Amino acid sequence: MALPTILGLGQTALELALFNSLTVLALFLSYTMLNVCDLSTDGCYALGAAVGAVVAIAGHPWLSIPAAMLAGMLSGLVTATLQTRMGVNSLLAGIIVNTGLYSVNIWIMGGSSLLNMNKTETVFTQLKALLKDTPLSGCYALIIGLIAVTAVIAFQSAFLRTKLGLAIRATGDNPDMVRSSSINPVFTTTVGLCVSNMFTALSGCLLAQSQKSVTVDIGSGMVTVALASLLIGGVFLGRRSIPVRAVGAVLGAFVFRLVYTIALRFNLPAFMLKLISSVIVVIAISGPYLKSQWPMIRRRMAGRFGKAGA
Amino acid sequence: MLRLESISKTFNPGTPDAKRAITDLSLHVKPGDFISIIGANGAGKSTLFNAICGSFPVDAGRVVLDGKDVTMTPEHVRAKVIGRLFQDPMRGSAPGMSIEENLVLAAGNGGWLSRASRREKQGFRDRLALLNMGLEDRMKQPVGLLSGGQRQALTLMMATLSMPKLLLLDEHTAALDPGTAEKVLELTTRIVAENHLTCLMITHNMQSALDLGNRTIMMDQGNIVFDTQGDERAALTVDDLLEKFRQASGKKLDNDRMLLMK
Repeated sequence: MALPTILGLGQTALELALFNSLTVLALFLSYTMLNVCDLSTDGCYALGAAVGAVVAIAGHPWLSIPAAMLAGMLSGLVTATLQTRMGVNSLLAGIIVNTGLYSVNIWIMGGSSLLNMNKTETVFTQLKALLKDTPLSGCYALIIGLIAVTAVIAFQSAFLRTKLGLAIRATGDNPDMVRSSSINPVFTTTVGLCVSNMFTALSGCLLAQSQKSVTVDIGSGMVTVALASLLIGGVFLGRRSIPVRAVGAVLGAFVFRLVYTIALRFNLPAFMLKLISSVIVVIAISGPYLKSQWPMIRRRMAGRFGKAGA
Repeated sequence: MLRLESISKTFNPGTPDAKRAITDLSLHVKPGDFISIIGANGAGKSTLFNAICGSFPVDAGRVVLDGKDVTMTPEHVRAKVIGRLFQDPMRGSAPGMSIEENLVLAAGNGGWLSRASRREKQGFRDRLALLNMGLEDRMKQPVGLLSGGQRQALTLMMATLSMPKLLLLDEHTAALDPGTAEKVLELTTRIVAENHLTCLMITHNMQSALDLGNRTIMMDQGNIVFDTQGDERAALTVDDLLEKFRQASGKKLDNDRMLLMK
């Protein structure tokens, strides 16, 4: 394979990792901090992509980004309301919203399950035009991804240090304490899910615009992919300060992409990605558990096979 | 300060499991009172605290806190003026957050989007130093690393940081070893006295029930069966208290734990 091809592949992988790492950062807030596994992530990712595409096609490339984020926030509000005020189990609330969003997304895309943005003016085409004939002309997508990721990390680092951010972390860390304190867990859960879904939608919006098309199942399996990245990142930079851990989450997205790209190089078909991500999540979650159980397992095995004192 | 007017609470009403936890209970707490509460398991002591805090709505009666009727006020709103400690030291602080972050959260100064100032943090350090546990040098460490006694002392500090109108202590030293328990108890009396807090304390230790505070009440079957203060209380011994219990409830005190603690 020629060097330019490899570089090209590397750059595409990097761009994808950057856009998807926004979803990883969203889960960093909802899963790691708030301790809620938000299963509406897939639908919300597609929602952001759909809203972003529709607004961009309507001729508002810059407006498409806040519009997608607002849509994500609303989706988070629905998920949060279901689980905090209507007695729906938090996992179930995510699944319900996810299912509902499928219809909503097709409705937003005007009844079609596919939208094409080949001739649409987007943030990407505008930056591309701006950077024309400069050394950076090929890097417009990379630049947008970097700006977005930096902004979200900076926001989260600052946000999680405010009183509200601390209250959200406490809600995930010790619900018992929060319940008998002056923090209203309904409020903190709602804010946390709104903010996190905002970033998920942003992630979908940017990815769709960079690849110039949206399909309704663009987000399918996203929650597992993002969780895998998050947990990989936690292995590297788990027990540190919040900003470092957020960077770790992004790093996880890169490593995941890398594993995926390498797998593809070994002629593994692209449809295996979802299986790989599932396996990574299983290993990352059950690994530490099995490790702690290992002495027990070993003794039991020894007992079974009659090896004394093992 | 706190007035309970004939409150009642029944759990699982209308089912075979129905349990009348509190029956027509009235209590008037004056500002600055330090009341110790004793009674066998299931007497309704913790339920009384839950009713005061608003963990559930009472079935009947009124809860008046600092002149305001809070009977229908949600728990997190009441918590602004009520500090509460539980028996379980793990319950009062967030283990994954640092000591400093826990204190910032407990102090509750400033708006939602504000951050703690350097001066505020210095204030926390100074107050922690008063505990004599060396916690002031571990501000950035996660609370999960502290021992039970340290965590309960920290929780006590957190609960009193925002100057609550009422402090509720639910057997807050029962899970600690005797030495640590004594230290935390000593700390409690000091903080309560220094800040002139109004305080209710549930305890199974009959001696400290009589030693601490200015008033002792005994509960049985969801009501107050004995209420003493002043000279009468000063003359009481633990044996008197047990005798009072027999008279009031008309049965022999069969709770091992309570007997052991005399």
